[in-house]
Amino acid sequence: MENLKSGEFLVKETDRNSVFIPEECDEEQLMIRQTCQDFLETEVYPNLDAVDKQDRELMKKMLKKSGDLGLMGISIPEEYGGFGQSFVTQMLAAETIGAGYSFSVAFMAHCGIGTLPIMYYGNEEQRQKYVTKLATGEILGAYCLTEPGAGSDANAGITNAKLSEDGKHYILNGQKMWITNAGFADVQTVFAKIGNDRVLSAFIVESNYPGIVVNPDEHKMGIKGSSTAQIFYNDVKVPVENLIGRQGGGFRIALSILHMGRIKLGANVLGAAKKTITDSVKYANERKQFGVLISTFGTIKYKLAEQVIRTFAAESANYRVSKDIDDLMARYNEEGCDHGIASIDAISHYAVEAAILKVYSSEVLDYVVDEAVQIHGGMGYSAEMDVERAYRDSRINRIFEGTNEINTLLVVDTAMKRAMKGDFDLFGEAEKLYASLDKISDGKTANEDYYEEKLRYTKNFKHLTLLLIYSAVKTFEKKLVYEQEIMNNLSVMIMETYVTESSVLRVQKIEDLKGKESASLYKNILDVLIFDSAAKIRKSSLDAIYSFASADEAAKLAKAIENLTTVAGVNVKEARRSIADKLIDDNVYKF
Amino acid sequence: MKILICLSNVPDTTTKVKFVDNNTQLDKTGIQWIINPWDELALTRALELKEDADASVESITVITVGGKDSETTIRKALAIGADDALRVDADPGDAYVVASQIAEAIKDKGYDIILCGIESSDYNSSLVGGMLSELLNIPSISAVSGLHISNNEVTLDRDIDGGKEVVSAPTPFVAVVQKGIAAEPRIASMRGIMMAKKKPIDVIAPQSVEVLTEFAGYELPQSKAACKIIDPENVKELVDLLRNEAKVI
Repeated sequence: MENLKSGEFLVKETDRNSVFIPEECDEEQLMIRQTCQDFLETEVYPNLDAVDKQDRELMKKMLKKSGDLGLMGISIPEEYGGFGQSFVTQMLAAETIGAGYSFSVAFMAHCGIGTLPIMYYGNEEQRQKYVTKLATGEILGAYCLTEPGAGSDANAGITNAKLSEDGKHYILNGQKMWITNAGFADVQTVFAKIGNDRVLSAFIVESNYPGIVVNPDEHKMGIKGSSTAQIFYNDVKVPVENLIGRQGGGFRIALSILHMGRIKLGANVLGAAKKTITDSVKYANERKQFGVLISTFGTIKYKLAEQVIRTFAAESANYRVSKDIDDLMARYNEEGCDHGIASIDAISHYAVEAAILKVYSSEVLDYVVDEAVQIHGGMGYSAEMDVERAYRDSRINRIFEGTNEINTLLVVDTAMKRAMKGDFDLFGEAEKLYASLDKISDGKTANEDYYEEKLRYTKNFKHLTLLLIYSAVKTFEKKLVYEQEIMNNLSVMIMETYVTESSVLRVQKIEDLKGKESASLYKNILDVLIFDSAAKIRKSSLDAIYSFASADEAAKLAKAIENLTTVAGVNVKEARRSIADKLIDDNVYKF
Repeated sequence: MKILICLSNVPDTTTKVKFVDNNTQLDKTGIQWIINPWDELALTRALELKEDADASVESITVITVGGKDSETTIRKALAIGADDALRVDADPGDAYVVASQIAEAIKDKGYDIILCGIESSDYNSSLVGGMLSELLNIPSISAVSGLHISNNEVTLDRDIDGGKEVVSAPTPFVAVVQKGIAAEPRIASMRGIMMAKKKPIDVIAPQSVEVLTEFAGYELPQSKAACKIIDPENVKELVDLLRNEAKVI
């Protein structure tokens, strides 16, 4: 069975057997996860305070140690000094390291945006010269795209590369900012426009080339241990052979690498969320008020359960798309594609899901850390506690790798563009549904079982999303992109739909693997998740239709919204309590 | 020198222990199994010695008594650096069963140094090492916190009350090792994990061994009472509590 294309989940159902769930990790994957965890516990956690004081040397030492263990080579093929692991395994490692606060940011920047542009788009010589050393941590990498006038609009950068008269060098001039690992990176991937080009090119720049000035580290709200600084290029001579790919190919590289970064960020924040949930429950299991542990209070149980539900949901979606990417990479490789290009093309293909994971997961983490501070009460505000650091460190995730605002717009925009390109029939399906708008029901059938019911809900969410996309496109045509509020409404619907469907498929598969009894608690997670998602989708869709539809159309759509977002009532109090009780009993996130 | 490490497969130290079947069986649901921490330190020391040319360590083998599911921890030992592994395919039962199965499995294999952790973090019975040496009829040295090999001479440090004792021993022998034998356990590297797949695990059929004990029942420790904080000025309340509640005066 062929995997769905990016965004195609909106018009097609997915068989649970084609979905990967983290419960299926094999022994080797679990061992790799354990190694990442052991590394955090022995090398990172004891040094958190010191690195947060911007001890660049210490951070560099920690990165090198992770390189010695081979952690920097997880996503690099063996022929370039790595271990050629699957994308699922890469995500598992990214998730685990994600609990490493600033270290995680430095590590991920090196292994991802600092290494992969050369791995994916570099030629053989460039890969042998740089990737083999980046994969072991012998040298460290950075990625230099953002400029004072070019943030979300990356192509607006003005850093220039002028070919020297002898044709041997590009002379680089310009300024980059918010560069992670700037303080110690040996190699940078720098984006600049050649001559009078209107589009970017990418270059490998060694930090010791004359004319490079790195500013002191920025003073940041969080991730204080990661080196972030501005870099200035003053007549820097970059050998012509250091151009990555072709002239003008930089924007594609930048975008592709950002897709990869977004997906990995989705995994990264999961690890941070799980660690913070564990910190929350441990505190709630120690702190007494009114003579009892605060973990016995319903209000605290609600917070703990919500932390778990949202993390579980984000995790389900993350690993679902990871396997899709692995399958597509395998197909491209079979077709004889260069390994690097196969990898990045497969990742870039799932651009809709990448944007969903980036936004949804970073918002989950922000919720988790916020409630973690709240559960800790006054102590949560003390810099002595890990949750205080987690709270500050979390915030950047909604900003970097493309702001959540940009990514939210990208969710619906990319899905529509892919459909228009012919990847899947979004508009045909939507048109059919719209034609029978008056007859839309909740689709309930007699004797449906638990999962049939849940999958009916997610199918209804999809139908509603299609209806609204159709209606909005019909109203605004190409000008829909300027109606960002409505685009946001549509994106929320798509995100909720993808994440809830991923969660249903996961729980169904858990029941296949572990039996009904083991799945019962996960069903409680699902019950609450879908109950809440239905309400969110309902709200977003109502917001949208009353913002653009005529009174007559809005009335018809409102009726469809009513039918397509109606889900059976759930005793959310008991469901949440059961989830919290397991967490409280385990005293660690173990779902 | 051929070194053998006896590994015990124990629940992760953060496991919430529960019992089933009328408190006669450990509830193994959801338990993450790890290498017994003292055995892991023994393995670490063996690896350090193998890296030291003077020690002339030829190979490091690990052995465990357990079912197929114990291979996860064996694989981890191989990933950390052990060369090969033996698994006696038997329920570990009690210490006598474990020691007997190991003795039978290795008696003809010519190991020079056999290392056992001083106890396992689950049953803490500290019996296997001593029993094993008796069954193999070789010396055993207990409470070893240092192991050194130079020019085929083996010396061992033993912690004794208030100081340290250094002993030398002819091989083969069993050393029962404790904290101090190595600083920190090692983290399995990516290369180690990849290589572990290719290293052999020899599965050995069990011998018939008489089980000398059976678990009649387990009891969890009483949960600790909450700590009461009493204002230093309020001596009367303290005395009242000590007399009437704690009943110690």
